[in-house]
Amino acid sequence: MEKFTRLTSVAAPLAEADIDTDIIFPARFLLLLDKAGLGKHLFHERRHRRDGSMTDFILNTPPFNEARILVADANFGSGSSREQAVWALADFGIRCVIAPSFGEIFFSNCFKNGVLPIVMTGEAHANIMAAARTGQPFSVDLEEQTLLLPNGPALNFDIDPWRKRALLLGLDEIGSILADDEADISAFEARHRATSPWLFLDDGRMDQFLSQGDGK
Amino acid sequence: MTARTLYEKVWDSHVIKNYEDGTSLLYIDRHLVQEVSSPQAFAGLVAEGREFRHPAAHIAVADHAVPTTNRHLPLPEGLAARQVARLKDNCERFNIGYIGMNVAQHGIVHVIGPELGFTLPGATLVCGDSHTSTHGAFGAIAFGIGASECECVFATQSLRQRKQKTMRVNLIGKLSDGVTVKDIILALIAQIGTNGGVGFAIEYAGPVIAQLSMEARMTLCNMSIEAGSRVGMVAPDEATIAWVSGRPLAPQGTLLDRAVDHWKSLPSDAGAVFDREVELDVSPLAPQVSWGTNPGETASVTAQVPDPAMEGDPVRRQKMERSLAYMDLKPGTPLEDITIDRVFIGSCTNGRLEDLRIAASVVSGRKVADNVAAIVVPGSATVRLQAEAEGLDRIFREAGFEWRDSGCSMCVAMNDDRLKPGERCASTSNRNFEGRQGLGGRTHLMSPAMAAAAAIAGHLIDIRKLETLH
Repeated sequence: MEKFTRLTSVAAPLAEADIDTDIIFPARFLLLLDKAGLGKHLFHERRHRRDGSMTDFILNTPPFNEARILVADANFGSGSSREQAVWALADFGIRCVIAPSFGEIFFSNCFKNGVLPIVMTGEAHANIMAAARTGQPFSVDLEEQTLLLPNGPALNFDIDPWRKRALLLGLDEIGSILADDEADISAFEARHRATSPWLFLDDGRMDQFLSQGDGK
Repeated sequence: MTARTLYEKVWDSHVIKNYEDGTSLLYIDRHLVQEVSSPQAFAGLVAEGREFRHPAAHIAVADHAVPTTNRHLPLPEGLAARQVARLKDNCERFNIGYIGMNVAQHGIVHVIGPELGFTLPGATLVCGDSHTSTHGAFGAIAFGIGASECECVFATQSLRQRKQKTMRVNLIGKLSDGVTVKDIILALIAQIGTNGGVGFAIEYAGPVIAQLSMEARMTLCNMSIEAGSRVGMVAPDEATIAWVSGRPLAPQGTLLDRAVDHWKSLPSDAGAVFDREVELDVSPLAPQVSWGTNPGETASVTAQVPDPAMEGDPVRRQKMERSLAYMDLKPGTPLEDITIDRVFIGSCTNGRLEDLRIAASVVSGRKVADNVAAIVVPGSATVRLQAEAEGLDRIFREAGFEWRDSGCSMCVAMNDDRLKPGERCASTSNRNFEGRQGLGGRTHLMSPAMAAAAAIAGHLIDIRKLETLH
């Protein structure tokens, strides 16, 4: 995973609540099989007219077409679990999203892809949105957990320590679990199998049952 | 011992280890795999040279991209065919149970999991799909995850998680005639908001629960995510145990007895403390319909399209204005005056046998209005075959509905079942987002009874006026 340490960029203001992941990445593009190159479909309906021409959506409008930070509103990334929403943001170049609240699955998906979601509420969020509109650059420092607005004070933000570490180091979470926790998983599995054997389907019943269908 | 909630009991029994920062490594018993969220997860596994930890804990089915017509034919060449083929290939490569499109057990992941007895009380179950909350109806911790987390479950059978706060939703009162569980959940979302459940695992409780079938409980838990909560649960009771017993993958014999003893210990203890309590009296509820572009933008069918000018919060007002513009609705219009072009009965929310029975009872002996094209898409082949055995397909067809094969269909519009730009649909699905049912399409969410009534009337209508319909 790409590391996240520091970032300086203009921040695109998107002052609209309830931007769901269907808006961020419409379902018809979910048929694509790869993670790469999805940025062209980011906010597809907002960025493209039906005749194919580009709209004046904020991410089409200089200087925000080069923004690496997005300032969004409440409940950003709600709805579908599609990680394509994060892949598309990252491919477009957005590495940090600031909003008062996020859809939970989207929020979690961000951290798997080197994208930093920051929760900012109330007056702080309003100030950030206003500052974004100036088109002046913001600076984000993950190590220090600070967000520096143009001509403003540094604002502190919260982040789970393990997620911070994963972003800073670009950690492969699966690799970490396999390296550090494998013995614990095996020990748990043995206990779990003893106490709740009905939760384990390795008695061949699944195979028997599936062989009844042709699986075509 | 401290009194614990249902969620806490299931959580505690699946903690592999607690990390110093308060997060936990949670063991995942079951994983439902579908074609949309898995290709990149399989590819990641291959790229790292990793293996499945426990292949028998996973079961796969293609539900989103499959067509609901002409299933005897090969899929037309294209992206959907490639995606479905990729899932099958990946399952063969890693020895994962795969349910093909024309197998009698095919269906939407959230319909077949419970049907097969793959979904069990007290289990942890995940799927790369946000409506995985459905399975919480059995007293499981079930939640939607992203593709990276799917890959993590493939390789480690675990996920690093922070325990959620708990919210109890107490449902009291008695449902009036014509009002169903879909109206309860839509009204709840309108009450607490589409992010009202963020950070919480919801437990639905109260005297109304005992009146709800397992199908109805699944509808309830299914839409927890539309209130922002990944997890929605109902404590297992006799109805749960009766439903699970005898399912193909459920425990049998003495193992079932042991499991049942355990399941009976799962309901929240008296005195268990929830971080938030919400009460909803269902007695005064009227049938609900959505008017906007998220499920919280919902009102009683007896109401009018709301006026953004009356909304004090500027962000909310702007959202309402945008919703009404997208939906092409004017403030003050009675909701019942809204004419529709399409009706969709189906989805993981309302594609089960009970839903189809209710809808069939509404349309029986009546005709779909001339201005409406209506389809019924059973949530699974099992549902379809049961419905056909009861003659429901005939009732729908005679009324002018199309009767289709199982899949997600027009809930997500990834196959050919979709609205054209500007078309308006009465839908039993779960999301009325912009473009959800097709580019430029407009969705009104409602119960199967209400969607069926709308099909007959040609416009939104209060199901309680059914006798006036011809």
